[in-house]
Amino acid sequence: MTHVAIQAKGLEKWFGEGEAKTTALKDVELKAYFGEMLYIVGPSGSGKTTLLSVLSGVLKPNAGSVLVEDIDIWKLDADKLADLRLNKIGFVFQDFHLFPRLTTAENAAIPLILKKKDWDESVREAINYLDIVGLKGRADLAPVKLSGGEQQRVAIARAMVSKPDILIMDEPTASLDGDTGNSILSFVHKNVLNANRCIVVVTHDNRIYEFATRILHMEDGRLTATEKGAASGTENGAPFGAEKSTT
Amino acid sequence: MKGILKLGFKLLVNDKAKFSALLLGITFAVYLMMFVTSMFFGVLNHASANIINVGSTIWVMDPYVQSVSNSVGMPDYVLDAVRSMQGVKYAVPLYSGGALVKLADGNYQAVTVVGLDDTSLLGRPALLEGKIEDIYAQSGFIVVRDAEFSKLENPHIGSEFELNDNRAVVVGIAQVATSGLYGVPTLYTTYERAIQYIPNPRYTISYVLVEPRSMDDIPRIKQQVEQLGYRARTKEEFMKRTEDFFIYQTGGGTNILIMTAISFIIGLSISGQTFYTFILENLERFGALKAIGIKSRDLVGMILFQATFTALTGYGMGVGACVLLIWLAKLRLPSYAAMLTYSSLLIGFVMVAIIAAISSYVGIRKVLQIDPFTIFRG
Repeated sequence: MTHVAIQAKGLEKWFGEGEAKTTALKDVELKAYFGEMLYIVGPSGSGKTTLLSVLSGVLKPNAGSVLVEDIDIWKLDADKLADLRLNKIGFVFQDFHLFPRLTTAENAAIPLILKKKDWDESVREAINYLDIVGLKGRADLAPVKLSGGEQQRVAIARAMVSKPDILIMDEPTASLDGDTGNSILSFVHKNVLNANRCIVVVTHDNRIYEFATRILHMEDGRLTATEKGAASGTENGAPFGAEKSTT
Repeated sequence: MKGILKLGFKLLVNDKAKFSALLLGITFAVYLMMFVTSMFFGVLNHASANIINVGSTIWVMDPYVQSVSNSVGMPDYVLDAVRSMQGVKYAVPLYSGGALVKLADGNYQAVTVVGLDDTSLLGRPALLEGKIEDIYAQSGFIVVRDAEFSKLENPHIGSEFELNDNRAVVVGIAQVATSGLYGVPTLYTTYERAIQYIPNPRYTISYVLVEPRSMDDIPRIKQQVEQLGYRARTKEEFMKRTEDFFIYQTGGGTNILIMTAISFIIGLSISGQTFYTFILENLERFGALKAIGIKSRDLVGMILFQATFTALTGYGMGVGACVLLIWLAKLRLPSYAAMLTYSSLLIGFVMVAIIAAISSYVGIRKVLQIDPFTIFRG
C-alpha cells in the first residue's frame, strides 16, 4: 500500500504587484507518494523551482495548502516549519552549497548538528553516509578538493544523514557533466529510494529521465501533463496518477 | 546549541585570512585604546605624586591652586588659623617648589624640593639609607631614589652639591610610592631649610597639611577654611582636582578622547568590514542552512558567538600587547608614565563590545534577510 508523502491543493504563487505581477504557480494540485521518484520538468521559468520551494516549506504560497504527511505545513509557525524541514525533508541543491572551510564529513553532518546532536557523534554518522555515497576515505578533505560529482555526493550524504522521509533535489545534475549526473541519479535511485521515502526532483535534464517513476510537466506555472517514468514498475515503482493536471 | 556554536567557531577560525584580519583589527584598536588611556592614567597618577607620597588627609591651599605642582603661597597666619579650628587634630606647613642644583661636574639640574614641617616631619618618605633625624643636620637633604636619581650623578650619603649657592649634603636615600611627572629628581628637607635655601615670594607656605580629629570633622574643617578665604580638600579631592586640571585644562583629555575615538573607528572599520565580508561570502550557505531547517535564533546565536569570540580574543590580545609594551618601556624607563587601570580596561571592553555589537548586528540583519528561496534559484 502506498501513502501520500506530499499533497498540494490549489497552489497559487505570484511575485510583485500591479503591472509587475508575475504569476509563478496557477492552481497547482499534486500528490507525491512514498516509494516514488517524482520528476517535475519543464522549460526555464515554468515555475518548477517555485513549486519545489513551496512544497518543501521554503516559500509561502499566496493561496492553497501543502500537506506533508497530513500536516498542513503553511499553518505551522516559523520554528515548527523549520523543525519539519529539518526532520522530514532532505535538500540537495543545484550548487551543492557546501561550506568550503569545513571538512567533507562536517558538511555532511550539518543536519545532525542542527538537530543538536553531539558533534563527534554527528560526524561519525556522517562518515558512514559518506561511505555509502562512495566517498570512503574522503571525510577529512575540504569540499574544494573534490570533483563536482563528489561534491554532489556529499550534498546527498548531507541530505540523507538525518534519515528524512522526503528528499528534495533541485536541478541535481545542472552543475555536473552527463556521465556524472547519470551516475548520481542512478545511485540515488538504487540506494536512496525505497518504499518509505519520496524523492522529488526538479530538472530540465532529459538525460536523467530514465530514473523517474513519474514525470510531471510544467509550463507557465501549471502542471500540464503527467507521464509514467521509465522506472515505474521497477522494484521501487510507485503508483501512477492521482494528481489533477490543469491544462 | 553547543554543536551549532562549534559550527560557527569552525566557520570563523577555519577562514584563516579573514579571522586574522578580524583579530588584527580588534587587537590593534584595543591596543591603541588601552595604550592611550594607560598613558593618560599614568600621567594623572604621576601628576598627583606629591599628594600620594605625602599622604595627608586634608590639604589646605589657595583657592586658585589647580594642581599640586602649581601651589600658591599662603601667609603664616593661615597655618595658625587652621590649627585653631574645631575638629583639627594637628596642622603643619609644607613647602613644595622647584630649584636648580649645581652638580659636582659643574652642570645644573632642576629638582623638586619638598620642605617638611620641622617638628613633625609629616609626609616624610621611607628611607632606604640613612637616618631620618639626619635631615636636621646642617645642609641635610634626602634624595629620592627613582628613575631620575641618576640625574644627580647617583649620589650617596655624604655627596655634596650646591643649591642656590648653598651647600647641600645628602643625608639619606629614600623611596616613594610614585615618582613625579616632570622627570626631575626630588629632594626632601625641612620646611625652614627649604624656604631659607630657595628664593621665595612673600608667602612661603605651599600647603597646610591637616589631620582631623575624626572623619566626621572634615566637612566642618572645610567650611571653616572656606570662611577664611582658602580651600580645604581631602587627599582624594585634591587628586581629582589635579586630574581635572590635566584632563580639562591642558588639552590632554581632549587628545585622549580623540585618540580613543580614532582607535574605535579604526577597529570598527577593519573588523566591521571584514566580518561583513565574511557574512557576505557565506550568505548563500547560511541561506542553505535556513532551508535545511536552522532556526533564526540559532543562526543569530551562532553569529553573535562568532562576533563575541573574535571580540574577546582581540581584546585579550590587545590588552596583552599593551601590557607587553608598557613592561618593555619600563625596563628602559622605570618611571614611564603608563598605567593600566580598571578604568582603561573597562573603556577598552566597552568599545570592543560596541564594535562586536555593530559588526554582528550588520551580519545578523543580512543573514535574517536572506530568503532560502534564493538558494533554490541558484
